[in-house]
Amino acid sequence: MLTDITIGQYIPGDSIIHRLDPRMKIIITIILITALFFIGKFIGFAFFLVYVISIILVASLPIKKIIKGLKPVLFLVLLTLLLHVFLTKGGDVYWQWKFLSIEQEGVFTGFFMVSRIILLIMFTSLLTLTTSPLKLTDGIEYLLKPFKRFGVPASELAMMMTIALRFIPTLLEEAEKIMKAQKARGADFESGNIINRAKSLIPLLVPLFISAFRRADDLALAMEARCYRGGEGRTRLHELSFENMDFWALALTIIFAVFISFF
Amino acid sequence: MLIELKNVTHVYEQQNVMALDDVSLSIDKNEFIGLVGHTGSGKSTLVQLFNGLINPTDGKVFIDGTKINSEKINLKDIRRKIGLVFQYPEHQLFEETVYEDIAFGPKNLDLSKEKTDKRVKEAMELVDLDFEEFHNRSPFNLSGGQQRRVAIAGVLAMGPEVLILDEPSAGLDPKGRERLIELLYYLHQNYNMTIILISHRMEEIARLSNRVIVLDNGKIVMDDHPRKIFSQRQKLQELGLDIPEITLVLNKLRNKGFDVRTDLFKISEAKNEILAELRGKKNVN
Repeated sequence: MLTDITIGQYIPGDSIIHRLDPRMKIIITIILITALFFIGKFIGFAFFLVYVISIILVASLPIKKIIKGLKPVLFLVLLTLLLHVFLTKGGDVYWQWKFLSIEQEGVFTGFFMVSRIILLIMFTSLLTLTTSPLKLTDGIEYLLKPFKRFGVPASELAMMMTIALRFIPTLLEEAEKIMKAQKARGADFESGNIINRAKSLIPLLVPLFISAFRRADDLALAMEARCYRGGEGRTRLHELSFENMDFWALALTIIFAVFISFF
Repeated sequence: MLIELKNVTHVYEQQNVMALDDVSLSIDKNEFIGLVGHTGSGKSTLVQLFNGLINPTDGKVFIDGTKINSEKINLKDIRRKIGLVFQYPEHQLFEETVYEDIAFGPKNLDLSKEKTDKRVKEAMELVDLDFEEFHNRSPFNLSGGQQRRVAIAGVLAMGPEVLILDEPSAGLDPKGRERLIELLYYLHQNYNMTIILISHRMEEIARLSNRVIVLDNGKIVMDDHPRKIFSQRQKLQELGLDIPEITLVLNKLRNKGFDVRTDLFKISEAKNEILAELRGKKNVN
């Protein structure tokens, strides 16, 4: 159910992928996401899918879990598909009824966009699945450093991001627990029209927000108790350092990105 | 038979954990059951099966003779019959007033305004919250103990025949715990409720229950009268469980050479036993 969402979850491991420098992983992710938007043919997506699957295999991540993680975005995917299929015009007309029609161009674009979204989500979830939140923050903070002189609070942003990522699974778990508790009191989250359903979320959302605020309060206090006062003058236990492996990964990524951008 | 489980197995797929392993169990009307076991032994999973919040991976659950894991069953009906108070139930409060929150359950059951009103008043009286004083207050401005009582009242207002409580006394002060114990005793005696109590506090279990079920690793390992259960200190300790403190005292006395019974767990009983033993000794001397 709710806890199926894989975004923001970390699966510990000791593969090459896990050991790559987080900064490099972020850069690679950005490069490949950009490349993903340059792909113009399905064959490009096929290559990309092979690439994603090989990473999953190398990092020995549970494929099932990643596929399950796509479930929550199913709605978005279907919506995209339907909108394109019905609204994009051009090419042969497959089916027509009054003002509605399905045309070749629409079907093509629909599936094209859907492939893109699915790959995008699968691929970006790989970053968080193989990088511990701590390393991820370090990476983000480091990459944002150059923008500090323009007033970007790099370390604070990084800290906020880690905390957000860290609490996604916790809040989902909490949501499921509250949902069960309300169901035990006869609440119905599944049936009724859309207004009733939205209303039925109140007994879930109010306790969830309250608990989130309580957690935030506790966390702030705990951080302060351990003398957290922002990034100024903070040193680290584990300094990040690029290894040869990281540059190989970057080189391969660039070659791959250029290669798939031609399709 | 009120609740019956036949060869129930439950696996949490994501974590690939077998929470319950071929459990068969039947619970009669008006029993008071203490459900114990260390953390992760499957207690919470077990009670969620009783009202259809989760479905067994394998096996069958019957309530009043009807199998509840099929499409046709009205789960609301089951959930009215079997009230479940979760751990830290005060975290589920959401309404603007205490009244509204307690009325949430009855309203979901489509009860009339008058009936809801009556249910809420009765439930508040049971948990010792004065209706006039509290019904219009926000549940979030109450103390932790009061919030917990509002949450329990929310379940009681549904008029359950079976009341299941998952560690209801966790985090309460001694006075709050004592009140809760009294409430459970009262509900069992005067409302003929069947009660299933999950707790780590063996004193509570010993004082209230007339049957104790011990879970370990998803299996029922002991199921007996509390007196029989708590006389097996060694076995309980192997399972990571305690015995009531007073029983521990008796055990220690026995190890020191006093001839006292070790299957007692009420303080008054133990007092008499110790006094009898001491007087007996004096007489011999």
